Amino acid sequence: MSSPVLQIEGVVTGYGAVEILHGVDIVVHEAEIVAIIGPNGAGKSTLLKAIFGLLTVDPGHVTLLTEGCTNQRPDQLVLKGLGYVPQVDNVFPSMTINENLEMGAYVRSGDLSDRYERVYQMFPDLAGRRGELAGRLSGGQRQMLALARALMLDPKVLLLDEPSASLSPKMVGTIFERIAAIKKAGTAILLVEQNAKEALSVSDRGYVLAMGENRLEGDAQELLENEDVGRLYLGT
Amino acid sequence: MSSTKLPNEPSQSPAQESATEQILSIEDVTKSFGGVRAVNACTLSVARGSITGLIGPNGAGKTTLFNLITGFLKPTSGVIRFNGERIGGWPPHRIFHKGIVRTFQIPRELKSMTVIENLMLVPTNQTGERIWNSWFFPFRVSAEESQIFDRAEDLLEFVDLIDLTDEYAANLSGGQKKLLELARALMSNPQMILLDEPGAGVNRVLMAKLVTNIERLRNDLGITFFVIEHDMDLIARLCDEVIVMSEGAKLAQGTADEVRANEEVLDAYLGGQYR
Repeated sequence: MSSPVLQIEGVVTGYGAVEILHGVDIVVHEAEIVAIIGPNGAGKSTLLKAIFGLLTVDPGHVTLLTEGCTNQRPDQLVLKGLGYVPQVDNVFPSMTINENLEMGAYVRSGDLSDRYERVYQMFPDLAGRRGELAGRLSGGQRQMLALARALMLDPKVLLLDEPSASLSPKMVGTIFERIAAIKKAGTAILLVEQNAKEALSVSDRGYVLAMGENRLEGDAQELLENEDVGRLYLGT
Repeated sequence: MSSTKLPNEPSQSPAQESATEQILSIEDVTKSFGGVRAVNACTLSVARGSITGLIGPNGAGKTTLFNLITGFLKPTSGVIRFNGERIGGWPPHRIFHKGIVRTFQIPRELKSMTVIENLMLVPTNQTGERIWNSWFFPFRVSAEESQIFDRAEDLLEFVDLIDLTDEYAANLSGGQKKLLELARALMSNPQMILLDEPGAGVNRVLMAKLVTNIERLRNDLGITFFVIEHDMDLIARLCDEVIVMSEGAKLAQGTADEVRANEEVLDAYLGGQYR
């Protein structure tokens, strides 16, 4: 297996006095998709926020590529190769599609024209509408834009929080196709999803979190076929 | 969850007695934002006591329709009737008092209040709201509060949030906030509940339990449900009838199996995986 690009070791975090994660360990290797599944309140979204520097990790370690980056600011992490797409409020509705993409590259100066074109090639449905306000886009198109914006700085690791939530079945298929394409282009993805079956279907490996702790981990296909996982988390 | 007590009965009789009667009708309703018609001459109706699904592509106008029904938006034209009465253009609080409540796609919990406080706030005209009642009728105030507390606890049990009773709503996960919204909607003894994507972000196992309990609410209390949802398995298990919207208007209506077999619905919404 290739070398780890993201390592989470013993991460403890929460909101104020409320501890949500009690020592979680996750490893993501180069160009792989890793799914995190689990019941409501397991701490899945909280984990992504902690990795991205939006919550304080204490104790615990986050290592991006080979560098320790625990509790660094999001703008520092973005420059080091980490991208994050939150579940909601993930576009600027009063800005155009092009301006949203520009915001994705805000922390870096210089000519970005090649990056725009590369991102538009990956999301051709946005290319023809680049002057339109993001607020006019449908839910699925917004999710595409949020993904596209996160790719503007060519991240090594992308954190995705429920990318398929609130999308039509047709659009869910499209989103997961794009996620697979992002992986193929060399970006590793840590994916949090309630749509666990779909998430595990596109993933290489998976972790099951419950009550802020690791419960299970393994090959995504094995987790999909695991009867306990199916009964407890997939609703099968 | 199956042993959970149901909330107090609403004023109307159980729906099975008049299952074919329309509780809600949308007649040629249009809502324009500038040059964009989000809802475009839409006509549909919801049967009393039914669990009716509303599906359609993102941007089809489903949430806008919910906003029109609940008074968050005023229709540009057309008529909305609830129990035969025209309610289109009324403010949300007036529509709420008529018996329609809703949940939101993105939950709007009161973050700095606890989970149970979010629910206890719902019943209107509580005796303790007036300061002189607290002075002159303390026992009445306390008895009523205790009754509301008990009902709120029953509902938290119902949505599996009972272990989080005293947690601040801000600390709940996205899925738990969805469940809190559902419980809050039930606190008001509504005749009709509009659920905007109740399954988004909610674990599939818990959602399966909620389906059973929503059916109980309909069967035992006659509450009508109108549900926006993208999870077709959930729609098929839960709904008697499904309405499909596309480009602001009704595209199709029927059982889940019927709409799944409809070519136009497959093209506009479901995609190849359902063929």
